[in-house]
Amino acid sequence: MDILSLFVIVPIITVIALGFSKGLKQSRIVALAGMLVQLGMSINLIFAYLKERAVNDDIMVFVKDIMWFEQFNIHYSVGVDAISVVMIALTAVIVVAGIFISWMVDDLPKEFFISLIILSTGVFGFFISLDLFTMFVFYEIAVIPMYLLIGIWGSGPRENSAMKLTLMLMGASAVLSVGIFGIYFNSNIGTDGPLTFNILEIAQVNIPEAAQNLFFPMVFIGFATLGALFPFHTWSPSGHASAPTAVSMLHAGVLMKLGGYGVFRVAMYLLPIGAINWSDFFLVLASIGVVYGALGAIMQKDLKYINAYASVSHLGLVLFALLMFNKTAWNGAIIQSLSHGLLTAMFFALIGMVYGRTHTRDVAKLGGIMKVLPFIGAIYVITGLAYLGLPGFSGFVAEMNIFVGSFQHDDTFHRILTILAVSSIVVTAVYILRMVGKIMMGPLSNPEYANLPKATWYEKVGLVMLLIPVVIIGVMPFGLGEMLKESIEPFLERLL
Amino acid sequence: MNLESFLLMRYEIGLLAVILLLIVFEIFLNKKHKGSLIDIAIVLFTIHTIIGFLPLADGSIFGGMFKTNALLHFFKSTLNVGVLILLLQSADWLKEKVVQQNKSTEFFILLFSSLLGMYYMISSGDFLMFYIGLELATLPVAALVAYETFKQDSAEAGVKFILSSALASGTALLGVSFLYATTGTIYFDAMAEVLTMSNLSILGFIFFFSGLAFKISLVPFHFWTADVYEGAPISIASFLSVISKGAAVIILMIILFTVMKPLMPVWIKVIYMVSIATMFLGNIFALRQKNMKRFLAYSSIAQAGFILLGFLSNDQLGYTTIIYFVAIYIFSNLGAFGVVQAISLATGKENMDDYEGLYRTNPKLSLVMMLALFSLAGIPPLAGFFGKFFLYTAAASQGYYLLVFIAVVNATISLYYYLLVIRAMFLRKNENAIPFFKSQPYMRLGLLLASIGILVIGMYSPIYEYIYSISNSFLN
Repeated sequence: MDILSLFVIVPIITVIALGFSKGLKQSRIVALAGMLVQLGMSINLIFAYLKERAVNDDIMVFVKDIMWFEQFNIHYSVGVDAISVVMIALTAVIVVAGIFISWMVDDLPKEFFISLIILSTGVFGFFISLDLFTMFVFYEIAVIPMYLLIGIWGSGPRENSAMKLTLMLMGASAVLSVGIFGIYFNSNIGTDGPLTFNILEIAQVNIPEAAQNLFFPMVFIGFATLGALFPFHTWSPSGHASAPTAVSMLHAGVLMKLGGYGVFRVAMYLLPIGAINWSDFFLVLASIGVVYGALGAIMQKDLKYINAYASVSHLGLVLFALLMFNKTAWNGAIIQSLSHGLLTAMFFALIGMVYGRTHTRDVAKLGGIMKVLPFIGAIYVITGLAYLGLPGFSGFVAEMNIFVGSFQHDDTFHRILTILAVSSIVVTAVYILRMVGKIMMGPLSNPEYANLPKATWYEKVGLVMLLIPVVIIGVMPFGLGEMLKESIEPFLERLL
Repeated sequence: MNLESFLLMRYEIGLLAVILLLIVFEIFLNKKHKGSLIDIAIVLFTIHTIIGFLPLADGSIFGGMFKTNALLHFFKSTLNVGVLILLLQSADWLKEKVVQQNKSTEFFILLFSSLLGMYYMISSGDFLMFYIGLELATLPVAALVAYETFKQDSAEAGVKFILSSALASGTALLGVSFLYATTGTIYFDAMAEVLTMSNLSILGFIFFFSGLAFKISLVPFHFWTADVYEGAPISIASFLSVISKGAAVIILMIILFTVMKPLMPVWIKVIYMVSIATMFLGNIFALRQKNMKRFLAYSSIAQAGFILLGFLSNDQLGYTTIIYFVAIYIFSNLGAFGVVQAISLATGKENMDDYEGLYRTNPKLSLVMMLALFSLAGIPPLAGFFGKFFLYTAAASQGYYLLVFIAVVNATISLYYYLLVIRAMFLRKNENAIPFFKSQPYMRLGLLLASIGILVIGMYSPIYEYIYSISNSFLN
């Protein structure tokens, strides 16, 4: 069995094993075991990749290709470059942390873990796919379990949030599918070969400009909706707010990354001329998203809403950086994806812990939590600081790269947008510091909070797992940059 | 003509034998053991289905009136499997409601006669055989729709069905007579050679198409669908929505791509418009349905609109995709109707509200329903996704991107109402949920077969490849 297909097979086996398990204790052990194997594999994959890269300079390594539907030339085709490798590692970390955080899920635990792992199967499959069809299949597999996860285990207006999220994302994927057809039916221009869904083969072809201009926005919007592009972000805040903790983590941490990854790998890589022609338009939208998300976060009173809007802002930065068309900015976009994934997952985990104890997420009602919950409080402060871009953590590295990259454009249009986007850093500092200060510091807001239970071992493990990579990226960004450099190269060749 | 050539009608002869054997059994069975007639019928039909899978030569008999080829062979087997699942799913209903009234043989005879009519209809080589098949397929169903004579709804549905299908076949016949007037023949092969674009032949096509559109319940010929499904016994609603519709789609495909090929520029436009109208209307009406049978009726109208996308691609890709989607649709819809049947039989409840909290009491049934609905909605990795994706591909291959866009928008709308059922079953908690019940073995087997179909037909690509390899065979 090849090293990449295992990333899909292990979760499937886990799901089957979960089908036979009973009760919370068995289910969580099975789920944890399966996902720990997955985490081990993904760490192994990083080293295997570095080793392979030293001797192999193909764009994708560990390529495996099986014919699926011959008449359409659809293959099950997998392969990875550095970008997918780090995304897979991110996913594995967050899924395991998510299982720790949902250690005590009481309602239908088996079904909860099954849905969670099906979702992660979709995400893993998406990151390893080289075939647009396979990729699309995994994309939808990743989205649909969200409906059950939010709808059954969520809180607040869960039914409506789940419906809105599912319909918007599936609608986006519908638009995406039209774009994919557009690419597919132009994939043999000038080669006389068969039509193909294979990304690497399509990248050899120059699709006519008219077709690129037509289909780029479809593919872009199809993916970027998942990446919370303004004005298609509205599913995100309500979805996050209603979702149970682990689902918010996975959702903001991993699922939304599919958007940025897809934009980069499919929309921009396969339709470069369309990307350049449309870049100004989408750049404006992304910048609006960055600022709007940040301002939205200031206005919110619910902890989850604050983070949801913050995600809109930070993921807007990813799209913003991708549309800057240079190496530094792209590097920043990828690091920002990782960093935001980890930090948001931490935030949602922490919010879940606070909410689980105090039963409120209202900033106004919380205060002085640090005194009773020192561990959670300390991590909360660290996360907050990392989120607003304190040097030494991943957030700083990411934003630094993005803004250095975007400032390389010296025309007024890009300058203005860059300055606008940079201003979001200040706004981020405002809402993060205000939130952290209000709920963690100061006097205890409610005397009942004095006896809140301390953080349990599984909560601590989950948080520390997420914190470690944040610090590693923050302290040693060059290792990651070095790894990504070669994989960004083909994009540079194609787009510049 | 020698005796061997009769073997080309193996399906028809086999089914006729099943019908006759059932009559014999009924005569000799003791009154106390009438219930075992159901088992006998299922066993006989299973044997018939298995024999159907044996290889069969291509050919035509009766001077070209009756044709058979690999594609029809495959499709008759698909219909057989569909009917077998349907029989398994309705066995309990028959035992509980029908055997007491001493009417079970009639049920099988009528059902099998209708299937026999479909065999003849899709195998026809001229319009006479086609029309006989069509009538034979329709008339017994009218009796079946009104089968629950103790229910007023059922009788009303029977009347509605017979009136509208009489109108439909009359219309089709008028179309055929116009075509005859322009070409002077009713044989498909001969007509294909001489048919040209003229006002009369176009009018003939329109009437003929309207007649079949009734069967497939395309907009604007869909008005009977919801009422009839609601009034008819669930097995029969299921039969109408999968078997009858599937057969009508196939013969429509055969006739459009062979006989009416010269009129293609006209019928492409008609199909294009009807497809859009059918998808939108089916979906919009499905949104607000509370009764599961009506809900599935409108959903199956919308699905018919999707099937039409395949007609826009005049090549092997198009034919294959139509057949492939119809096969998938048969299994998916049978899964959904099977669950509705099981619940209705155990509790008498047929409304979506009654399904609230079903997962917590009957998880397996809910899962089958979820599989079926997700397949209908086109969610991977279930079969429906592959079917829909390839239909879009077929339409996009001819450059109909706008239509594909409209179709994907409709797929999203349809997802909403399928999710409403999922919401009721999985998301809602209900104190008075339908209590746990155990279905009979037949029903479980029926649901299992449907679920296997939903899971396997899509992902297991050799099935598609097999259909592709035979899909051209109706052209010669």
